[in-house]
Amino acid sequence: MRKLSRLRRRKITAPVLLFLALIVVGNAYAFIGATVTTSGATASNARSTMVDEGRQIFLRGCSSCHGLNAEGGGIAPALIGVGAASVDFQVGTGRMPLADMSQQAMRKTPVYNEEETAALAEYVATLAPGPAIPGAAQLTYERDGNTAEGGELFRTNCAMCHNAAGQGGALTQGKYAPTVMGVEAKYIYEAMITGPQAMPVFGEKAITPAEKLSMIKWIKAVESEKGLGGASLGKVGPVTEGLVAWVLGIGLLIGIAVWLTTKSR
Amino acid sequence: MSNKELEPLQDPGLPAHAHRKADHDEAAANRAERQVAILFLLSALGTVLFIYSYIFIENNIYIYIPILGNQHAQQLFLGLGFAIALFFIGAGAVHWAKTLMSDTEVIAERHEMRSSDEDRAALIATVKEEVGAVGLGRRSLIKRSLALSLGLVGISPLLLLRDLGPLPGDVLNQTTWAEGVHLVTDPGNRRLRPEDLEVGAVAHVLPEIEDPEHRSLNSIAKDALLLIRIRPEEFRLDAERLSWTYQGIIAFSKICSHMGCAVALYEQTTKHLLCPCHQSTFDVPTGAKVIFGPSARPLPQLAIKVDDAGYLVAAAPFNQAVGPSFWERKK
Amino acid sequence: MKPARERIAGSVANFVDERTGAAKFLKKSLNKVFPDHWSFMLGEIALYSFIILLLSGTFLTFWYVPSQEELIYEGSYVPLKGVKMSAAYSSTLDISFDVRGGMLMRQIHHWAALLFLAAMVAHMMRVFFTGAFRKPREMNWILGVALITLGIVEGFLGYSLPDDLLSGTGIRIAQAILQAIPLIGTYAAFFAFGGEFPGLDFIPRIYTVHVLLLPGIMLGLITVHLMLVWYQKHTQYPGPGRTEKNVVGYPLLPVYMAKAGGFLFIVFGVTAFLGAVASINPIWVFGPYTPTQISAGSQPDWYMGWLDGLVRMAPPIETYFFGKTISWNILIPGLIVPGIMFTGLALWPFIEAWATGDKREHNLLDRPRNTPTRTAVGAMAITFTIVALINGGNDIIATHFSLTINQIMWATRISIFVLPPLAYVITKRICLALQRADRDLVLHGRETGRLVMLPHGEFVEIHEELSPQEAFTRTSHEQLAPIPVAAIDANGVRPKGVLKDRIRARISKGILQEQIAKPTAKEKLELGGGHH
Repeated sequence: MRKLSRLRRRKITAPVLLFLALIVVGNAYAFIGATVTTSGATASNARSTMVDEGRQIFLRGCSSCHGLNAEGGGIAPALIGVGAASVDFQVGTGRMPLADMSQQAMRKTPVYNEEETAALAEYVATLAPGPAIPGAAQLTYERDGNTAEGGELFRTNCAMCHNAAGQGGALTQGKYAPTVMGVEAKYIYEAMITGPQAMPVFGEKAITPAEKLSMIKWIKAVESEKGLGGASLGKVGPVTEGLVAWVLGIGLLIGIAVWLTTKSR
Repeated sequence: MSNKELEPLQDPGLPAHAHRKADHDEAAANRAERQVAILFLLSALGTVLFIYSYIFIENNIYIYIPILGNQHAQQLFLGLGFAIALFFIGAGAVHWAKTLMSDTEVIAERHEMRSSDEDRAALIATVKEEVGAVGLGRRSLIKRSLALSLGLVGISPLLLLRDLGPLPGDVLNQTTWAEGVHLVTDPGNRRLRPEDLEVGAVAHVLPEIEDPEHRSLNSIAKDALLLIRIRPEEFRLDAERLSWTYQGIIAFSKICSHMGCAVALYEQTTKHLLCPCHQSTFDVPTGAKVIFGPSARPLPQLAIKVDDAGYLVAAAPFNQAVGPSFWERKK
Repeated sequence: MKPARERIAGSVANFVDERTGAAKFLKKSLNKVFPDHWSFMLGEIALYSFIILLLSGTFLTFWYVPSQEELIYEGSYVPLKGVKMSAAYSSTLDISFDVRGGMLMRQIHHWAALLFLAAMVAHMMRVFFTGAFRKPREMNWILGVALITLGIVEGFLGYSLPDDLLSGTGIRIAQAILQAIPLIGTYAAFFAFGGEFPGLDFIPRIYTVHVLLLPGIMLGLITVHLMLVWYQKHTQYPGPGRTEKNVVGYPLLPVYMAKAGGFLFIVFGVTAFLGAVASINPIWVFGPYTPTQISAGSQPDWYMGWLDGLVRMAPPIETYFFGKTISWNILIPGLIVPGIMFTGLALWPFIEAWATGDKREHNLLDRPRNTPTRTAVGAMAITFTIVALINGGNDIIATHFSLTINQIMWATRISIFVLPPLAYVITKRICLALQRADRDLVLHGRETGRLVMLPHGEFVEIHEELSPQEAFTRTSHEQLAPIPVAAIDANGVRPKGVLKDRIRARISKGILQEQIAKPTAKEKLELGGGHH
């Protein structure tokens, strides 16, 4: 066990150190470059630097499973054409790198920071065209979303796996659809367009960007919903309700019945 | 001798009555009275809370309660007031009964359920006499004709139930799908092109109709479709079924072949479809063959193609009834 | 001069009695004796839940609209504003959000329904395990089984009325079961739904059944059920001074009336408390029903959950003969197994009387340990139901305990065959062990844990002898002998019906042979004091 965790720690630290070094060098280059070239060229320069950084991180942290050229391997899919959005979702939510091969990738504290994730995404995006990361300008669900319509879309497209209340649910062989409560709008959007893990892709034509924003708005509305009828009991349906009826309801009433039928002194 | 051997332990009789404190101690009795009164007063307070909540708590006020979280204040306090009002009336009454009402146990004798032999004999005699007077035993014509008419009267209410619904006819075998009917998104009612679905994508679709605002649930319950796109080489289908797909896009009825729930839990990694109701699992590349769970049949597949404008359309109607099985269902 | 209050009461009583002659009956009734025990209150919980259901249900009918006509929701719940839905669902949302106290009443109604069924089941278990169903109470047992059956149907219909996504899914499954009945299924489904699923007729129809037909029938059955309890007098647990010929307890007035009346308020209070603090069936979360939508974790209420679990674990068998389809995967778990279970349940008093040959009246209850076979059969049935119930919630269990639905499905598929017999064997052993413990207690007294050194150095533990009352309670039960096998007579002629008799004698032997002989007075006397 300890050996494993040490290994992981090493895996993490190496790219971090490397990346810090790269940032210093990269920024220095960018700074120097800015002084001599036009701004457009600066941007492209910066991007190519970023891609390079991303590639380095990839080689260190991802290539052992996904292949040196992201061509995939026996245990991991190819990343050519998955797009920046996929990388941002998987790495940004901490799902990748995987902690444990045996189980489904779970949300956890990300291994890479924002800049590293961005660099990785930039690199993978250069391999082949794929879905881009939705920017803040795109995620205007507050303004453009329609809550009720989003609910309809969610119930048709998502509720069968993620539950009508977005609480998540079971899939086959131990896989599960995670809860969508408390997930950032960006990641919800990315999940829909990239189809992470078992989740299918919901392309921009099958569900338009405007419809996606409506779904996000509905999710956010449900997320911030306060208790309307008491404790939610997990919002997973009648299973917990039956348990409460037996344990709390019948349990309490039997307790009272015992009090009622004992002779007082 | 052996009877003596097996004689059970003797019944020592009802234990002597133990008196309660309140029975002989006036102070204890007064204390009990006060306790009962307090319980009843608590109930009155509950009613006050109930009335207050009903009239004065606004509908949009939420209150934070540990464990419960933010709660709708009116609903919560209405309920708590009601619960307190009711519970403490009961608690007071029970406490009253337990502490102050007589608690001397009473013994009542039981009577056997069986009537006495005389009563039985008398009843039988009466019945025989009455029946004999009516003459049912002899007049068999009356007996038979009465039985006939009673039987017929019994059937008539069943006849009245006939108009509860139409006869099934062939409707269970029919859906809106026919050659050339466009596949449109659900909801949204937009036509789809094959390139709108990338590999690994799904789309929930319905047939295009003239007035999508007034689509009936009856038709949705048979028409709902799930489009899935995988790599064409991954299909394990015979030539005919393969020809029903289009560039790796395959269309299945979304209505479970087991009990009719919407089967739509698609896992793009395993290419399995799961029904959340009873967990029948269908394998997409082999044409939704059942690989787990109670369903006995694959999901019906709809043949699809593209029209001249490049939109996905049905190539033919379903070749079988969709949804759960029924007696007359063709294989 | 009497005070005015008394005068009025007197004249009212006079008025009533002169026209009905009720005084004699009432005098007798008010002195009616009821034995006291907590387990006798379970049926009362069910009765009071039923009263709560009638009251809260009536309140709900004032606003509920039993119609599947579609409309656009314009109520105050924002996430559904503008959504197309049925009038039934919309009106249920209105009850929840736009009628003050409506949410509370809806939740009280639903909690009371869960408690009603739970209390009925608990009550039935009490009656079963104590043998209270024996002669002369077999009819009341059958009424009880009918009430539970109707209660399950009534509960399911109520669950279906709001027409939300969950209830619509439930109706869909009910329709599939109806449709799967051989020969008449398709017609039955078309008649019930006024055509194809879901149609526009089903909710209005089940509404009438839910608020009028079934409650009416149940009210009638409950009345007869209670009248029989009244007339036959309540059973009592064995104990000193209690015999088959008497009832020991408290008179109806005032003690029992105050306690029972108080308990009604307590049950109502507890239900209201649940309705206040615990959300139940949050229909606004599920959305309106449409056949293309479904939610992960779609389950029925607990009293249907075991049926759903059976349906889930059923093997995928469907046969196709002579152009006709029979869905065994639906029929077996959905109709045949429950049919057998409920028929067996209803007939149990007669089965038991036949197998033990005991046809006498019984007013004293059995302690479950003293009837090991019956207790074991009960444990077996409960185990079966619980295994099925677990599979009914397998998806929720899978996600919350990191298991897979496939594992749980297979585990329950195997357990449903393995665990009930195992429960039977284990329960029977436990019962016999408890009988043995009773015997030891009566003969040797209770271990006190105090050690005493005897003059010659030996240590012995002081045993405290049971009081005569306790000893009697533990030994007052009867131990029946098995039915003897009819012997073949000297000429080698088998008596008529010998096979049936033999089977019966064999079963009776299985039931009655294995028991620990209860201590007799002689044994007790011989062992004397408590220092063994």
